[in-house]
Amino acid sequence: MSKPITPWQTVGPFFGVLLRHDRVVPAALEAPGPRIGIRGVVRDGAGAPVPDAMLEFWQPDATGHWAHPDDPRKPADGFGGYSRGATDAEGCFSLDTIRPGETPGPDGTTQAAHLLVGLFARGLFTRLVTRIYLGDGPGLEADPVLRRVPAGRRATLIATSDGDGVYVHDLCLQGPMETVFFDV
Amino acid sequence: MFTYRRPDPATLPPNNHPPYRSTALRHPREPLVVVPQTLSELTGPVYEHQAPGPLDHDLTRQHPGTPLGERIVVAGRVLDDSERPVSDTVVEIWQANAAGRYAHYSDTHDAPVDPNFSGAGRVRTDGAGWFRFVTIKPGAYPWHNHENAWRPAHIHFSVFGPSFLTRLVTQMYFPGDPLLAFDPIFKAVPDAGARQRLVAGFDLELTEPGLALGYRFDIVLRGPHATPMEA
Ligand SMILES: [Fe+3]
Repeated sequence: MSKPITPWQTVGPFFGVLLRHDRVVPAALEAPGPRIGIRGVVRDGAGAPVPDAMLEFWQPDATGHWAHPDDPRKPADGFGGYSRGATDAEGCFSLDTIRPGETPGPDGTTQAAHLLVGLFARGLFTRLVTRIYLGDGPGLEADPVLRRVPAGRRATLIATSDGDGVYVHDLCLQGPMETVFFDV
Repeated sequence: MFTYRRPDPATLPPNNHPPYRSTALRHPREPLVVVPQTLSELTGPVYEHQAPGPLDHDLTRQHPGTPLGERIVVAGRVLDDSERPVSDTVVEIWQANAAGRYAHYSDTHDAPVDPNFSGAGRVRTDGAGWFRFVTIKPGAYPWHNHENAWRPAHIHFSVFGPSFLTRLVTQMYFPGDPLLAFDPIFKAVPDAGARQRLVAGFDLELTEPGLALGYRFDIVLRGPHATPMEA
Protein backbone atom coordinates (compact mmCIF):
# COMPACT_ATOMS: atom_id res chain seq x y z
CA MET A 1 0.00 0.00 0.00
CA SER A 2 1.52 3.28 -1.00
CA LYS A 3 1.49 6.44 1.06
CA PRO A 4 -0.78 9.19 -0.34
CA ILE A 5 1.11 12.10 -1.86
CA THR A 6 1.00 15.60 -0.41
CA PRO A 7 -1.88 17.52 -2.05
CA TRP A 8 -1.20 20.31 -4.54
CA GLN A 9 -2.06 23.95 -3.82
CA THR A 10 -1.98 26.90 -6.18
CA VAL A 11 1.21 28.92 -6.71
CA GLY A 12 -0.94 32.02 -6.21
CA PRO A 13 0.02 35.43 -7.60
CA PHE A 14 3.27 36.00 -5.69
CA PHE A 15 5.67 33.30 -6.94
CA GLY A 16 7.73 36.22 -8.31
CA VAL A 17 9.19 36.46 -4.79
CA LEU A 18 10.80 33.08 -5.46
CA LEU A 19 11.86 33.75 -9.06
CA ARG A 20 13.51 37.03 -8.13
CA HIS A 21 15.97 35.02 -6.02
CA ASP A 22 16.20 32.16 -8.49
CA ARG A 23 19.23 29.90 -8.53
CA VAL A 24 18.19 27.89 -11.57
CA VAL A 25 20.76 27.94 -14.36
CA PRO A 26 18.61 28.09 -17.51
CA ALA A 27 18.91 25.47 -20.27
CA ALA A 28 22.46 26.07 -21.48
CA LEU A 29 22.62 28.17 -24.60
CA GLU A 30 26.33 27.34 -24.79
CA ALA A 31 25.52 23.74 -25.78
CA PRO A 32 25.88 22.86 -29.46
CA GLY A 33 22.81 22.95 -31.69
CA PRO A 34 20.61 25.33 -33.65
CA ARG A 35 19.36 28.29 -31.61
CA ILE A 36 15.59 28.68 -31.46
CA GLY A 37 13.13 31.01 -29.78
CA ILE A 38 9.58 30.21 -28.75
CA ARG A 39 7.18 33.10 -28.21
CA GLY A 40 3.56 33.02 -27.17
CA VAL A 41 0.73 34.29 -25.03
CA VAL A 42 -1.10 32.46 -22.24
CA ARG A 43 -4.85 33.12 -22.44
CA ASP A 44 -7.82 32.36 -20.19
CA GLY A 45 -11.34 31.27 -21.16
CA ALA A 46 -12.36 34.84 -22.02
CA GLY A 47 -9.39 35.18 -24.35
CA ALA A 48 -7.72 37.57 -21.89
CA PRO A 49 -3.95 37.32 -21.41
CA VAL A 50 -2.81 35.68 -18.17
CA PRO A 51 -0.17 38.00 -16.68
CA ASP A 52 0.62 35.82 -13.67
CA ALA A 53 1.47 32.38 -15.05
CA MET A 54 4.71 30.53 -14.32
CA LEU A 55 6.08 28.27 -17.05
CA GLU A 56 8.63 25.50 -16.72
CA PHE A 57 10.30 23.89 -19.74
CA TRP A 58 12.15 20.56 -19.90
CA GLN A 59 13.91 19.37 -23.03
CA PRO A 60 16.73 17.15 -24.33
CA ASP A 61 19.83 18.45 -26.10
CA ALA A 62 20.13 18.77 -29.88
CA THR A 63 20.81 15.04 -30.22
CA GLY A 64 17.84 14.04 -28.04
CA HIS A 65 19.85 13.16 -24.93
CA TRP A 66 18.53 14.15 -21.50
CA ALA A 67 20.61 15.65 -18.70
CA HIS A 68 19.49 13.06 -16.18
CA PRO A 69 21.08 9.97 -14.58
CA ASP A 70 18.36 7.69 -16.02
CA ASP A 71 19.42 8.52 -19.59
CA PRO A 72 22.64 6.52 -20.07
CA ARG A 73 23.49 8.57 -23.19
CA LYS A 74 25.38 11.66 -22.05
CA PRO A 75 24.13 15.11 -23.06
CA ALA A 76 26.37 17.76 -24.60
CA ASP A 77 28.80 19.43 -22.20
CA GLY A 78 27.16 22.18 -20.16
CA PHE A 79 23.65 21.24 -21.27
CA GLY A 80 20.94 21.32 -18.59
CA GLY A 81 17.51 21.25 -20.19
CA TYR A 82 15.35 23.06 -17.64
CA SER A 83 14.28 26.66 -17.55
CA ARG A 84 11.43 28.63 -16.06
CA GLY A 85 9.95 32.08 -16.09
CA ALA A 86 6.79 34.12 -15.70
CA THR A 87 4.47 35.68 -18.25
CA ASP A 88 4.69 39.47 -18.51
CA ALA A 89 1.92 42.04 -18.05
CA GLU A 90 0.61 41.16 -21.54
CA GLY A 91 0.56 37.43 -20.80
CA CYS A 92 3.57 36.85 -23.08
CA PHE A 93 6.28 34.28 -22.56
CA SER A 94 9.52 33.87 -24.42
CA LEU A 95 12.11 31.08 -24.37
CA ASP A 96 15.52 31.15 -26.04
CA THR A 97 17.11 27.74 -26.21
CA ILE A 98 18.59 25.17 -28.57
CA ARG A 99 16.46 22.99 -30.79
CA PRO A 100 15.66 19.71 -29.00
CA GLY A 101 16.50 16.52 -30.90
CA GLU A 102 14.23 13.53 -31.52
CA THR A 103 14.19 11.30 -28.46
CA PRO A 104 13.18 7.68 -27.76
CA GLY A 105 9.53 6.81 -27.13
CA PRO A 106 7.94 3.62 -25.76
CA ASP A 107 8.29 0.28 -27.57
CA GLY A 108 11.08 1.34 -29.90
CA THR A 109 9.22 4.36 -31.26
CA THR A 110 10.77 7.80 -31.82
CA GLN A 111 9.31 10.99 -30.41
CA ALA A 112 9.38 14.07 -32.62
CA ALA A 113 11.27 17.12 -31.33
CA HIS A 114 9.40 18.62 -28.41
CA LEU A 115 9.67 20.42 -25.09
CA LEU A 116 7.68 19.52 -21.99
CA VAL A 117 5.82 22.41 -20.40
CA GLY A 118 4.52 22.76 -16.85
CA LEU A 119 2.04 25.63 -16.48
CA PHE A 120 1.25 27.11 -13.06
CA ALA A 121 -0.94 30.10 -12.17
CA ARG A 122 -3.17 31.72 -9.64
CA GLY A 123 -6.53 30.02 -10.13
CA LEU A 124 -4.92 26.66 -10.96
CA PHE A 125 -4.53 24.18 -8.13
CA THR A 126 -2.29 21.77 -9.99
CA ARG A 127 0.37 22.12 -12.65
CA LEU A 128 -0.97 21.64 -16.16
CA VAL A 129 1.33 19.52 -18.32
CA THR A 130 1.54 19.98 -22.07
CA ARG A 131 4.13 19.74 -24.86
CA ILE A 132 5.37 22.08 -27.54
CA TYR A 133 6.27 20.30 -30.79
CA LEU A 134 8.16 22.16 -33.51
CA GLY A 135 5.91 22.41 -36.55
CA ASP A 136 8.63 22.16 -39.20
CA GLY A 137 10.22 19.04 -37.74
CA PRO A 138 10.00 15.43 -39.03
CA GLY A 139 8.16 12.57 -37.36
CA LEU A 140 5.05 14.39 -36.13
CA GLU A 141 2.67 11.83 -37.74
CA ALA A 142 4.44 8.90 -36.07
CA ASP A 143 4.89 10.54 -32.67
CA PRO A 144 3.57 8.10 -30.03
CA VAL A 145 2.16 10.86 -27.80
CA LEU A 146 0.59 12.98 -30.55
CA ARG A 147 -1.13 9.85 -31.82
CA ARG A 148 -3.00 9.61 -28.50
CA VAL A 149 -4.46 13.09 -29.05
CA PRO A 150 -7.72 13.49 -31.01
CA ALA A 151 -6.69 14.59 -34.53
CA GLY A 152 -8.75 17.77 -34.35
CA ARG A 153 -6.84 19.01 -31.28
CA ARG A 154 -3.25 18.17 -32.27
CA ALA A 155 -2.64 21.63 -33.69
CA THR A 156 -2.77 23.06 -30.15
CA LEU A 157 0.47 21.19 -29.40
CA ILE A 158 2.43 22.27 -32.47
CA ALA A 159 4.31 25.58 -32.64
CA THR A 160 4.30 27.44 -35.94
CA SER A 161 7.62 28.31 -37.52
CA ASP A 162 7.99 32.03 -38.08
CA GLY A 163 11.30 31.62 -39.92
CA ASP A 164 14.76 32.37 -38.55
CA GLY A 165 14.35 29.76 -35.81
CA VAL A 166 11.47 31.56 -34.13
CA TYR A 167 8.33 29.63 -33.26
CA VAL A 168 4.98 31.03 -32.20
CA HIS A 169 2.83 29.09 -29.77
CA ASP A 170 -0.06 30.30 -27.59
CA LEU A 171 -1.31 28.38 -24.57
CA CYS A 172 -5.09 28.56 -24.01
CA LEU A 173 -6.44 27.42 -20.65
CA GLN A 174 -9.99 27.30 -22.05
CA GLY A 175 -11.95 28.20 -25.17
CA PRO A 176 -12.27 27.00 -28.76
CA MET A 177 -8.50 26.53 -29.12
CA GLU A 178 -8.02 25.08 -25.62
CA THR A 179 -4.54 23.58 -25.40
CA VAL A 180 -4.33 19.83 -24.91
CA PHE A 181 -3.16 19.08 -21.36
CA PHE A 182 -1.99 15.64 -20.31
CA ASP A 183 -2.67 13.20 -17.54
CA VAL A 184 0.73 11.54 -17.29
CA MET B 1 11.77 0.33 -16.65
CA PHE B 2 9.42 1.76 -14.08
CA THR B 3 6.48 4.16 -14.05
CA TYR B 4 5.10 6.64 -11.54
CA ARG B 5 1.75 5.84 -9.96
CA ARG B 6 -0.94 8.40 -10.74
CA PRO B 7 -2.05 10.33 -7.63
CA ASP B 8 -5.25 9.43 -5.81
CA PRO B 9 -7.87 11.96 -7.01
CA ALA B 10 -8.91 12.49 -3.38
CA THR B 11 -5.60 14.28 -2.81
CA LEU B 12 -5.96 16.58 -5.83
CA PRO B 13 -8.02 19.76 -5.56
CA PRO B 14 -10.22 19.99 -8.68
CA ASN B 15 -9.01 22.68 -11.07
CA ASN B 16 -12.64 23.73 -11.50
CA HIS B 17 -13.62 24.87 -8.00
CA PRO B 18 -16.25 27.67 -7.93
CA PRO B 19 -15.55 28.69 -4.29
CA TYR B 20 -12.09 29.76 -5.55
CA ARG B 21 -13.28 32.31 -8.08
CA SER B 22 -10.16 32.53 -10.23
CA THR B 23 -10.54 28.89 -11.30
CA ALA B 24 -13.61 29.75 -13.43
CA LEU B 25 -11.81 30.96 -16.56
CA ARG B 26 -8.54 29.15 -15.94
CA HIS B 27 -9.40 25.44 -15.73
CA PRO B 28 -9.34 23.28 -18.85
CA ARG B 29 -12.83 22.13 -19.83
CA GLU B 30 -11.64 19.29 -22.03
CA PRO B 31 -10.63 16.11 -20.24
CA LEU B 32 -6.89 15.64 -19.77
CA VAL B 33 -5.47 13.31 -22.43
CA VAL B 34 -3.91 10.21 -20.87
CA VAL B 35 -0.47 9.56 -22.35
CA PRO B 36 2.32 7.09 -21.58
CA GLN B 37 5.24 8.06 -19.36
CA THR B 38 8.19 8.36 -21.75
CA LEU B 39 11.84 9.22 -21.22
CA SER B 40 10.75 12.87 -21.50
CA GLU B 41 8.70 12.64 -18.29
CA LEU B 42 10.77 10.04 -16.44
CA THR B 43 13.75 12.39 -16.53
CA GLY B 44 13.63 15.85 -14.98
CA PRO B 45 15.72 18.75 -13.74
CA VAL B 46 18.24 17.47 -11.21
CA TYR B 47 21.36 19.36 -12.24
CA GLU B 48 20.09 22.87 -12.98
CA HIS B 49 20.27 24.36 -9.54
CA GLN B 50 23.34 26.12 -8.27
CA ALA B 51 24.25 25.05 -4.78
CA PRO B 52 22.01 26.99 -2.39
CA GLY B 53 23.87 29.94 -0.86
CA PRO B 54 24.97 29.68 2.80
CA LEU B 55 22.04 31.83 3.99
CA ASP B 56 19.40 30.56 1.55
CA HIS B 57 17.88 28.34 4.26
CA ASP B 58 17.77 31.14 6.86
CA LEU B 59 15.31 33.86 5.84
CA THR B 60 16.05 35.78 9.05
CA ARG B 61 19.66 36.48 8.09
CA GLN B 62 19.48 37.53 4.44
CA HIS B 63 19.66 41.27 5.20
CA PRO B 64 21.81 43.46 7.44
CA GLY B 65 18.96 43.86 9.94
CA THR B 66 16.67 41.35 11.62
CA PRO B 67 13.14 40.94 10.25
CA LEU B 68 10.21 41.61 12.59
CA GLY B 69 8.00 38.77 13.75
CA GLU B 70 8.07 35.40 15.44
CA ARG B 71 11.12 33.32 14.45
CA ILE B 72 10.30 29.72 13.53
CA VAL B 73 12.12 26.59 12.35
CA VAL B 74 10.32 24.62 9.63
CA ALA B 75 11.83 21.20 9.02
CA GLY B 76 10.73 17.87 7.63
CA ARG B 77 11.52 15.04 5.30
CA VAL B 78 10.80 14.61 1.61
CA LEU B 79 9.72 11.00 0.98
CA ASP B 80 8.32 9.12 -1.97
CA ASP B 81 5.06 7.20 -1.74
CA SER B 82 6.92 4.07 -0.62
CA GLU B 83 8.41 6.12 2.24
CA ARG B 84 11.90 6.12 0.72
CA PRO B 85 13.75 9.37 1.42
CA VAL B 86 14.19 11.74 -1.54
CA SER B 87 17.73 12.92 -1.00
CA ASP B 88 19.65 15.77 -2.65
CA THR B 89 16.55 17.42 -4.09
CA VAL B 90 15.83 21.16 -4.05
CA VAL B 91 13.08 22.47 -1.74
CA GLU B 92 12.07 26.11 -2.26
CA ILE B 93 9.78 28.31 -0.18
CA TRP B 94 8.25 31.75 -0.52
CA GLN B 95 5.99 33.60 1.90
CA ALA B 96 4.58 36.86 3.22
CA ASN B 97 6.26 38.73 6.07
CA ALA B 98 4.94 38.80 9.65
CA ALA B 99 2.42 41.48 8.69
CA GLY B 100 0.98 39.42 5.83
CA ARG B 101 2.67 41.36 3.02
CA TYR B 102 4.75 39.89 0.18
CA ALA B 103 7.87 41.64 -1.05
CA HIS B 104 6.28 41.77 -4.51
CA TYR B 105 5.12 44.71 -6.61
CA SER B 106 1.69 43.20 -7.21
CA ASP B 107 0.89 42.84 -3.49
CA THR B 108 -1.23 45.87 -2.65
CA HIS B 109 -2.26 44.82 0.85
CA ASP B 110 -2.02 47.85 3.15
CA ALA B 111 0.41 46.25 5.61
CA PRO B 112 4.04 47.22 6.16
CA VAL B 113 6.85 45.90 3.98
CA ASP B 114 9.80 44.65 6.02
CA PRO B 115 13.09 45.84 4.50
CA ASN B 116 14.88 42.97 6.23
CA PHE B 117 12.72 40.21 4.80
CA SER B 118 12.61 38.97 1.19
CA GLY B 119 10.57 35.86 1.96
CA ALA B 120 12.30 33.37 -0.36
CA GLY B 121 14.49 30.40 0.55
CA ARG B 122 15.89 27.13 -0.74
CA VAL B 123 17.82 24.10 0.50
CA ARG B 124 18.81 20.67 -0.75
CA THR B 125 17.59 17.65 1.23
CA ASP B 126 20.24 15.54 2.94
CA GLY B 127 20.77 11.81 2.54
CA ALA B 128 17.72 11.01 4.70
CA GLY B 129 15.50 13.50 2.85
CA TRP B 130 15.62 16.15 5.59
CA PHE B 131 15.32 19.90 4.95
CA ARG B 132 15.34 22.72 7.51
CA PHE B 133 14.49 26.43 7.20
CA VAL B 134 14.69 29.25 9.72
CA THR B 135 12.15 31.96 8.96
CA ILE B 136 9.45 34.27 10.34
CA LYS B 137 5.90 33.12 10.94
CA PRO B 138 3.94 34.69 8.03
CA GLY B 139 0.87 36.78 8.76
CA ALA B 140 -2.62 36.12 7.40
CA TYR B 141 -3.61 38.42 4.55
CA PRO B 142 -6.88 39.54 2.93
CA TRP B 143 -7.71 38.69 -0.68
CA HIS B 144 -10.52 39.53 -3.03
CA ASN B 145 -12.09 36.11 -3.51
CA HIS B 146 -15.24 36.87 -1.49
CA GLU B 147 -16.53 39.24 1.16
CA ASN B 148 -14.08 39.47 4.09
CA ALA B 149 -11.79 36.76 2.66
CA TRP B 150 -8.49 36.08 4.47
CA ARG B 151 -5.83 33.52 3.61
CA PRO B 152 -4.70 31.53 6.64
CA ALA B 153 -1.01 31.95 7.44
CA HIS B 154 0.91 29.77 4.96
CA ILE B 155 4.29 29.10 3.40
CA HIS B 156 4.44 28.18 -0.31
CA PHE B 157 6.58 25.09 -1.01
CA SER B 158 8.11 23.99 -4.33
CA VAL B 159 9.78 20.57 -4.58
CA PHE B 160 11.41 18.90 -7.59
CA GLY B 161 12.22 15.26 -6.82
CA PRO B 162 14.00 12.99 -9.29
CA SER B 163 11.79 13.45 -12.39
CA PHE B 164 9.42 15.79 -14.22
CA LEU B 165 6.57 13.73 -12.72
CA THR B 166 7.58 14.20 -9.09
CA ARG B 167 7.22 18.00 -9.20
CA LEU B 168 5.03 19.39 -6.42
CA VAL B 169 3.94 22.92 -5.51
CA THR B 170 1.88 23.23 -2.36
CA GLN B 171 1.29 25.34 0.75
CA MET B 172 2.07 24.59 4.39
CA TYR B 173 -0.38 25.80 7.05
CA PHE B 174 -0.10 26.20 10.83
CA PRO B 175 -1.92 24.05 13.41
CA GLY B 176 -4.98 25.56 15.08
CA ASP B 177 -5.43 28.40 12.59
CA PRO B 178 -9.11 29.43 12.79
CA LEU B 179 -9.00 30.70 9.19
CA LEU B 180 -8.50 27.19 7.77
CA ALA B 181 -12.22 26.48 8.18
CA PHE B 182 -13.05 29.39 5.84
CA ASP B 183 -10.32 29.03 3.20
CA PRO B 184 -11.55 27.76 -0.19
CA ILE B 185 -8.01 26.92 -1.28
CA PHE B 186 -7.25 24.68 1.71
CA LYS B 187 -10.75 23.22 1.69
CA ALA B 188 -10.57 22.32 -2.01
CA VAL B 189 -8.58 19.17 -1.18
CA PRO B 190 -11.41 16.62 -1.28
CA ASP B 191 -10.17 14.17 1.35
CA ALA B 192 -10.07 15.43 4.94
CA GLY B 193 -7.06 13.28 5.81
CA ALA B 194 -5.16 14.57 2.78
CA ARG B 195 -6.02 18.14 3.76
CA GLN B 196 -4.58 17.64 7.23
CA ARG B 197 -1.25 16.67 5.65
CA LEU B 198 -0.92 20.32 4.61
CA VAL B 199 -0.96 21.40 8.27
CA ALA B 200 2.45 21.38 9.96
CA GLY B 201 2.78 19.88 13.42
CA PHE B 202 4.16 21.88 16.33
CA ASP B 203 7.36 20.06 17.32
CA LEU B 204 9.16 20.92 20.53
CA GLU B 205 12.11 18.80 19.39
CA LEU B 206 12.71 21.16 16.46
CA THR B 207 12.47 24.25 18.65
CA GLU B 208 15.72 26.18 19.09
CA PRO B 209 15.69 27.15 22.78
CA GLY B 210 15.66 30.91 23.20
CA LEU B 211 15.48 31.45 19.43
CA ALA B 212 12.66 29.88 17.44
CA LEU B 213 9.62 27.59 17.73
CA GLY B 214 9.72 24.42 15.64
CA TYR B 215 7.24 23.09 13.10
CA ARG B 216 7.42 19.73 11.32
CA PHE B 217 6.26 19.41 7.70
CA ASP B 218 6.82 16.16 5.80
CA ILE B 219 6.26 16.03 2.05
CA VAL B 220 5.35 12.92 0.03
CA LEU B 221 6.05 12.85 -3.72
CA ARG B 222 4.99 10.39 -6.41
CA GLY B 223 7.34 7.43 -6.36
CA PRO B 224 8.63 4.96 -8.96
CA HIS B 225 7.05 1.55 -9.24
CA ALA B 226 8.53 -1.43 -11.02
CA THR B 227 5.15 -2.26 -12.52
CA PRO B 228 5.35 -1.40 -16.22
CA MET B 229 1.60 -1.35 -16.78
CA GLU B 230 -1.03 0.30 -14.63
CA ALA B 231 -4.75 0.70 -15.04
FE1 LIG C 1 0.33 33.17 -0.49
